[in-house]
Amino acid sequence: MEKAFFLLFAAMAIGSGLMVVMARNPIHSALALMVCFAQVAAVFVLLGSPFLAAIQIFVYVGAVMVLFLFVIMMLEVRKEARARFLETGTVPTLAVVVLLGGGMLAQLLASERLSALSFGAERGSAGTLEDLSKALFIDYLFPFEVVSVILLVALVGAIVLARTEAE
Amino acid sequence: MVPLSWYVVLGAILFVVGAAGVLVRRNLLIVLMSFELMLNSVTVNLVSFSDVLGDLRGQIIAIFVIAIAASEVAIALGILVALVRNKATLEVDKITIMKG
Repeated sequence: MEKAFFLLFAAMAIGSGLMVVMARNPIHSALALMVCFAQVAAVFVLLGSPFLAAIQIFVYVGAVMVLFLFVIMMLEVRKEARARFLETGTVPTLAVVVLLGGGMLAQLLASERLSALSFGAERGSAGTLEDLSKALFIDYLFPFEVVSVILLVALVGAIVLARTEAE
Repeated sequence: MVPLSWYVVLGAILFVVGAAGVLVRRNLLIVLMSFELMLNSVTVNLVSFSDVLGDLRGQIIAIFVIAIAASEVAIALGILVALVRNKATLEVDKITIMKG
């Protein structure tokens, strides 16, 4: 049963990922990426971390992709949507990417250490949400605060970058 | 019971699809979106290992990756907006102003 769910979510994630890369209209890419993020959130639920699934939906689908859609709709993308897809140099690049993917998959499927690891007794013993929040706010408090500062810097930076010069 | 290798293979496939998008597409917005796909594949990998090993650190690193990715998107889109305002193009091939 879990296998069926995982195959469904994985197939939809890969399919929508391919749509992101291959769609001509950037809005189609953005919507396909939202679908992909939702499938990844479902995979997180399968992996026993509903908190990360909720964070994925909140942050990625709800904030990042909405920001992308704002920017896409703000800029005039109709010209670019009609651009030719197969430019020169696409086929060698695709060959290199296929080679990379093939190499990664071959190494992953042939690795004994990866096949030796399986969801055994330790599954579900990662901890509850309470354990996660305790770890985040006690053991990893410094990185948490640093991330807060990074978000503040990103906020200020984005405002400065997108501002027009007030002559 | 889904074997762990399935999750890691899913992460690898998403990574390669994202890499293909970054390398092949000319539209800067699609490049940024494919990059987000690559970051997502990394979080899938992290959370799957966190589950199989019973270790919380994978999930915590995944939270930080999501936060950093969000801030990176904000900056990248700010740069993109400034770029379009100055050069009125979204094609990565046309942005050659620093070419020697």
